Amino acid sequence: MRDRLGRPPALLMVPAALAALLLLVPLVAMVASTSWRQLPDHLTSSAALDALRLSLVTSTIAIAFCLVLGLPLAWLLARVDFRGRGALRALVTVPLVLPPVVAGVALRSAFGRTGVVGAPLLEWTGFAFPFTTYGVVLAHVFVSMPFVVIAIEGALRSADPRYDDAAATLGATRWTTFRRVTVPLALPGVVAGTVLGWARSLGEFGATITFNGNYPGRTQTMPTLIYVTRQADQDAALSLSLVMLVVSIGVLVALRDHWLGTP
Amino acid sequence: MTGRLEADLRVAGRVDAAFTAEPGEVLAVIGPNGAGKSTLLHALAGLVDVDGHALLGGTDVLRLPVRERRVGLVFQGQLLFPHLSALDNVAFGLRARGEKRATADAVARDWLERFGIADLAARRPRELSGGQAQRVAIARALATDPDVLLLDEPFTGLDVSVQMALRIELGRHLRDFPGIALLVTHDAIDALTLADRVLVLDEGRVAQVGPPAEVAAEPRTSHVARLVGLNLVADGEELMAFTPDAVVVSLAEPEGSSRLHWHGRIGTLAPHGDAVRLLVHASPDLLADVTPAAATELGLVPGREVWLSAKATAVSRYGARDGADPTGR
Repeated sequence: MRDRLGRPPALLMVPAALAALLLLVPLVAMVASTSWRQLPDHLTSSAALDALRLSLVTSTIAIAFCLVLGLPLAWLLARVDFRGRGALRALVTVPLVLPPVVAGVALRSAFGRTGVVGAPLLEWTGFAFPFTTYGVVLAHVFVSMPFVVIAIEGALRSADPRYDDAAATLGATRWTTFRRVTVPLALPGVVAGTVLGWARSLGEFGATITFNGNYPGRTQTMPTLIYVTRQADQDAALSLSLVMLVVSIGVLVALRDHWLGTP
Repeated sequence: MTGRLEADLRVAGRVDAAFTAEPGEVLAVIGPNGAGKSTLLHALAGLVDVDGHALLGGTDVLRLPVRERRVGLVFQGQLLFPHLSALDNVAFGLRARGEKRATADAVARDWLERFGIADLAARRPRELSGGQAQRVAIARALATDPDVLLLDEPFTGLDVSVQMALRIELGRHLRDFPGIALLVTHDAIDALTLADRVLVLDEGRVAQVGPPAEVAAEPRTSHVARLVGLNLVADGEELMAFTPDAVVVSLAEPEGSSRLHWHGRIGTLAPHGDAVRLLVHASPDLLADVTPAAATELGLVPGREVWLSAKATAVSRYGARDGADPTGR
């Protein structure tokens, strides 16, 4: 390639190299400055274990909700022609670009103890989302849903809709077609969207801490723990960060070959 | 059980066609590209917006949702579900209609056997050859026991030898099929060998309906004339059809009735059996067969201006529109 089209110009190669370094250096530096001797102690502290467990549990439950609710929404956007479809799609992308702290404030306004939905909910059931593990899940669902919906909608759109036609001529209802044709054909995209959403959920910080505070064992997830630990003990924060890095890379590597389709 | 099909279909800008078909009948739909053949099938299947009606044993299927129409469509390019095995593809329709898995699988296996591909039951579509995939596609449509079977160019894209074998096989299945079959094709052989009647579509309209032999002998569109290798010339209210070997080629204007004389430039020459076939750009374009000796003697090369004439006795004349309703048999 290089020979046929000429050398890649420095004007492109230098910024490209800088971009790659910018992404790589902090991660390498983090690994390099980790105190390996103290690592086992940092990771087996009860606060770390609690936070890790809570992070895994809440993001897994959140992603399940995102799938159960988001897959139908993605299907609706991809396959059903209705007025306001463009507006709905735009609405779905809003949380994607919203600063997470703002998402937390918005969740407060809706589901806080005095919120639009939160106040009647508290009155009728005595239950309130903020400062609970349920609140953490809710915040995760809010911020992860757009990733899931947009990725899956893209996958559904690129699946040939004539297969839906074929299923209908064979007597299938739209539900049967969705279940047995549409989703299986878009499965790689569905899995990719789920992984993206799960990773986003695992790293969620701003909306969670704004909506739920930072209570160990209840609302303190790994990112929040790292944030508060860093103020007192830099080394412990590094160790915890390393765990998150390993989990993220592990997920990417495990799923890459099978589902994400990138070599 | 099925009853006859009385259709009058209008798809905006594409099709405006009325026709009937009887149970057990195979109706070939032929016409040039863009004539609306596929659209006609898709309208019956319910995949495009359509006005009019399609009464099947008295019920207007156009008012039914696609899945309740009992219309089996074999798509161009098959559209087998890529994630399902051949068996699951054929069983899909039965399971979608609520059959138990075991029953559906048994029926599907039976259909694969009838098509001689039971050993391929576990294969995914991408592991099948073109002919095998087409058999699975036809079996998938037939397995749901449709009242109407729609076949959209089932032999397109297959090797010639595969086409031959599949044509014979399909003919056998169509003879056993109790419902109505519509076969879209661009091949005269399909129409002549498989169909009971031929419907000629031209620019979305029904140009001609009749038994294959009749349509082949007295074509009303230049497309069909070309398919069967006839010259077709309009003469007032009448059409004249004659074979290329009934055309005499000369360099000077011949004597006799000027109605049977044409002047034009040679477009192409190609061997055709023992003869040389000329395409002459007269009005309209005409085919003429001459002996190789005559071609050399007359110096026939592309671009040369020639006169063509046809012997009156070799020309068959018929009305451009017969009085009968083209929807009738």
